[in-house]
Amino acid sequence: MLTLECPYCGVMADETELSPGYEAHLKRFGPGSTDEQFEAYMFARKNPKGVHFERWRHAYGCGKWFLAARDTATLEVFGTYAAQSSAPPQALQDKIKAKRPDWKGF
Amino acid sequence: MKRYSAFALAREALSNHMGWERAWASPAPRAQYDAIIIGAGGHGLATAYYLGKNHGLTNVAIIEKGWLGGGNTGRNTTIIRSNYLQDSSAAIYEKARSLYETLSQDLNYNAMFSPRGVMMLAQTHHEVRGYLRTAHANSLQGVVTEFISPQKVKELCPILNIDGPRYPVLGALWQARGGTGRHDAVAWGYARACSAMGMDIVQNCEVKGVTSANGVVTGVETTKGYIGTKKLGIVVAGHSGQVADMAGFRLPVEAVALQALVSEPIKPCMDVVVMANTVHGYMSQSDKGEMVIGGGTDGFNNFTQRGSFHHIEETLRALIETFPIISRLKMLRQWGGIVDMTGDRSPIISKTPLGNCFINCGWGTGGFKAIPGSGWAMADLMAKGEPGPLAAEFDMWRFKEGRFIDESVAAGVAH
Ligand SMILES: Cc1cc2nc3c(=O)[nH]c(=O)nc-3n(C[C@H](O)[C@H](O)[C@H](O)COP(=O)(O)OP(=O)(O)OC[C@H]3O[C@@H](n4cnc5c(N)ncnc54)[C@H](O)[C@@H]3O)c2cc1C
Ligand SMILES: [Zn+2]
Repeated sequence: MLTLECPYCGVMADETELSPGYEAHLKRFGPGSTDEQFEAYMFARKNPKGVHFERWRHAYGCGKWFLAARDTATLEVFGTYAAQSSAPPQALQDKIKAKRPDWKGF
Repeated sequence: MKRYSAFALAREALSNHMGWERAWASPAPRAQYDAIIIGAGGHGLATAYYLGKNHGLTNVAIIEKGWLGGGNTGRNTTIIRSNYLQDSSAAIYEKARSLYETLSQDLNYNAMFSPRGVMMLAQTHHEVRGYLRTAHANSLQGVVTEFISPQKVKELCPILNIDGPRYPVLGALWQARGGTGRHDAVAWGYARACSAMGMDIVQNCEVKGVTSANGVVTGVETTKGYIGTKKLGIVVAGHSGQVADMAGFRLPVEAVALQALVSEPIKPCMDVVVMANTVHGYMSQSDKGEMVIGGGTDGFNNFTQRGSFHHIEETLRALIETFPIISRLKMLRQWGGIVDMTGDRSPIISKTPLGNCFINCGWGTGGFKAIPGSGWAMADLMAKGEPGPLAAEFDMWRFKEGRFIDESVAAGVAH
């Protein structure tokens, strides 16, 4: 079972306490955008076999959305961070790079 | 290839069954083919088979990174039905179902298609309305299906509890000529027939790169070296995004784990397939007597062929409510497969931005039933370079243009 630390309440939460929300850091496009931009926002997903950044909600805890870095090929969790981040914290990126030298970066 | 028959069985018995030949050859890849299919699952093998059978193209290789049929094809719960809502889905799934009816004769291999009937329970008023709508649509589409009463449900499946306290059964969508097949046999039968036509099935050979010149595909880099081809078909289910990346384009696909499990074998107690989508579980009984059980997917990207334990609990909870007699059965085996989910939960059979490179993916949690029809449509597309009527609406540009084939919301079911 996946265990993620909620960055708000500090609880190590089991997967059953969380709701998954798929890919993080999507840029929202709305009226006025091109078809390509809107399609990419709605449907194009990185879906990497490896390092992935995604959204989770502490549904049965504080109720807040947060972000997590996880390896989809091993299920290893690298860390979690606040939903208000536009990119993963540098320290987390360094940690991932040290563990996965082949990783192409965020 | 020696044909399988009752006569062959008698003949081989005389030599203690030592004379059976291998079902398919395992050649080393040649330098160049007219067409290469990546992925020897049911869809890839069926594509190759109909390329040969319907279009006379036999200089074909099927390249598989593991063993043939070892992906989702060998991991699924084999439900076959075609009573979908949208015209384009009903057409391709019904084509597949009708091909399943005669597949064993066609391939000279027992695919064990068992049209025992598939029942999708309606346990909310919303589902009743949804299934009535599907039944009406199906009668316009020529797909034989009907909405049946709770009493008829009980008659067809006496072990089903139709008046559970939470979700009593209000009726069901019933397709009498739906059913199950033997998953491995479908892959093996197609493989044997492809091999007999002179096609090369290359196992333990992973495609690592796709080469092109002037925007047209030229070949693939593999763990067994470079192989040239005039046409390429990508049919790799859970790894579609990865192989599309090698060919230089993106797909609206995410990979998640779907699990299934089987119980210890018991005496025959259920001769139909039951799907209970509100409580989320489905069950049938295999010829060996095991109850074959499946549920929902995990909600996160995953390539490990292993899902979350709590999903098994949820599925079993739902099924114990529906079938109280299974509450003390022991579960024997459990496994997962990586399914490719598209943005509208319908498959993609499409040309791609790379010339002469075609993709077939996105069958997600429900593509076993589609194997013959999908292979038929994909072979047509690869042979002619343009989609025929079965594939036309399943192109990958529908996501940009907003032409979704919204089966997921329409039917409210996983498969
Ligand atoms: C638990 C479970 C239950 C299911 N139940 C049902 C059901 O009841 N009814 C139904 O209709 N459907 C069901 N499905 C869905 C069904 O199994 C799939 O839609 C179908 O089998 C997909 O077939 P495929 O040939 O596209 O993929 P696969 O059988 O997965 O074949 C793809 C092949 O491509 C190979 N490959 C991948 N990458 C590469 C590479 N780089 N190089 C070479 N080869 C590569 C893989 O090794 C694999 O063998 C279920 C799926 C699962 C997991
Ligand atoms: Zn919290």
